[in-house]
Amino acid sequence: MARIETESWPATYDGAARERVGFFTDTSVCIGCKACEVACKEWNLLPEDGFVFTAESYDNTGALGSETWRHVAFIEQDVPLIETAGDGDDDGNPMRWLMSSDVCKHCTSAACLNVCPTGALFRTELGTVVVQDDICNGCGMCVPACPFGVIARRERDGDGRAWKCTLCYDRTKDGLTPACAAACPTESIQYGPLDELRERAAQRLQSVQQQGFAGARLYGEDPGDGVDGFGAFFLLLDEPQVYGLPPDPVDPTKRLGEMWGAAAAAGAALALGVAASLLGRRG
Amino acid sequence: MSKHRPDYYGRPVIKQPVWKTEIGWYFFSGGLGGAAATLALVSRLAGRRGLARRATLVSALALSASPPLLIKDLGRPKRFLYMFRVLRPTSPMSIGSWMLGAAGTAAGAAAGSDLLDVAPVAGDTARTVAGLLGPAISTYTAVLISDTSVPVWHEARRELPLVFAAGSAASAGAAVWLAAPADERGPARRLAIAGSAGELVAAHRMESALGELGEPYRRGRPRRYARAARRALAGGAALMAAGRRRPMLGRMGAGLILAGTVCERFAILRAGNMSADDPRYTVDPQRERVAGRVTS
Repeated sequence: MARIETESWPATYDGAARERVGFFTDTSVCIGCKACEVACKEWNLLPEDGFVFTAESYDNTGALGSETWRHVAFIEQDVPLIETAGDGDDDGNPMRWLMSSDVCKHCTSAACLNVCPTGALFRTELGTVVVQDDICNGCGMCVPACPFGVIARRERDGDGRAWKCTLCYDRTKDGLTPACAAACPTESIQYGPLDELRERAAQRLQSVQQQGFAGARLYGEDPGDGVDGFGAFFLLLDEPQVYGLPPDPVDPTKRLGEMWGAAAAAGAALALGVAASLLGRRG
Repeated sequence: MSKHRPDYYGRPVIKQPVWKTEIGWYFFSGGLGGAAATLALVSRLAGRRGLARRATLVSALALSASPPLLIKDLGRPKRFLYMFRVLRPTSPMSIGSWMLGAAGTAAGAAAGSDLLDVAPVAGDTARTVAGLLGPAISTYTAVLISDTSVPVWHEARRELPLVFAAGSAASAGAAVWLAAPADERGPARRLAIAGSAGELVAAHRMESALGELGEPYRRGRPRRYARAARRALAGGAALMAAGRRRPMLGRMGAGLILAGTVCERFAILRAGNMSADDPRYTVDPQRERVAGRVTS
């Protein structure tokens, strides 16, 4: 099967590439304060999401979108936080509250970037994935391509373009920490060189598991996954889908060879069919 | 508050496609125009000039309808020329834009040459370019929607191109049959009938291959579109077969086939939206994949 090379970005910068940076979001210490959501909106001048009460949880924003680049998820479960502890509500029933600040994953193989026809989406010298708002023509191709449902088209005020987290490119390129990570009071959101974050995450996972968090796992740290590893990965306390995340995301572009192969076969069948229709009697 | 709730309040994991009805019509017009361009080239090579002229005209008209439909669907229509900033091999939308630009221009030039009776060599060259690009124009849209995370499209990536190719053949056959003189249109009739049969088989094959993921085709609007497509294609093909000597039946049949291929495209488009909107379709196959890796 033909594979399309999408992972060689440092070479395209001709020596100007810098160390790849990213986020490690450790949800085990997230307190659901939403400082990240607010800091993101302030720094990136994003409009408010509407003061919506979902009636399901403290989640007001619901999902990542064109104007929500950090999204804090709230999940209530009737299981104890730590298997051995007697955590629970006032009646002694077990319950735990999971909180997690979601963000664009800045995939190594980024579907949004691969399918973009205009080159509006590009990979920065820091290895992050950014939309150039002066080039995007709002074709919408990246929206269903993203396996995480991150990127979206902004329909407000006739904007029409696709928007998502830039990993604060305007800060990171000058050596500053992204707004969300800077605002996070518990260091649930950690920013830094990706290799360093991966090491730190492995240690953190070990310590969390030793403390008895049975469901703890890293999500997106493996460069062998379907998007060749996330630039923004997570420590979760339950399965990814519980947080609204896909358990085994794949960049659809990885199967492009298969798709064009099927299209070539179908196109050949069409040409043969047309030729066959001209055989036989006139009229 | 269930212990094992497998999703986040039932919210979708992926985003729904933002494409509006223009895209369904574009799938139709581009497919029709592409297949008609190929029919034009092959009939010209077979020495059937009358048929070639009509097929060329049909392809030029259909392909000229395509860019306005695509531009209208852009979030920033004034930036449509940005499609030609770069050629991106990993982007089916990019490749398709360039192919459509080339095929549309060529079909228009060939039709102009025919109508004005000028530059026959250039006209035939243009017809050749459009005719060679025709099958690609008719099928690349399948690649375009397969290259997304929408389960009902991505998991049908091997079957979708044939659905688009057969539908394109059917609609081009029907449209050219309507446009061509009575003594020249036999090939168009055969193409319309064979294309309709092929579309029925290809759509069935796609839905079977999808298994449970193909559920959207059996629910709500996609189901109604798919059912209408099946009935229109079967009825239209039967009428065209029966109406060989009765033009009225033939015209009804051709109309039904055109309607059927439109319905099939809207079935596919709407099924994509439904498939994206339900997290089960995204999560369940991925969980099975993960479970398979753990146990093996």
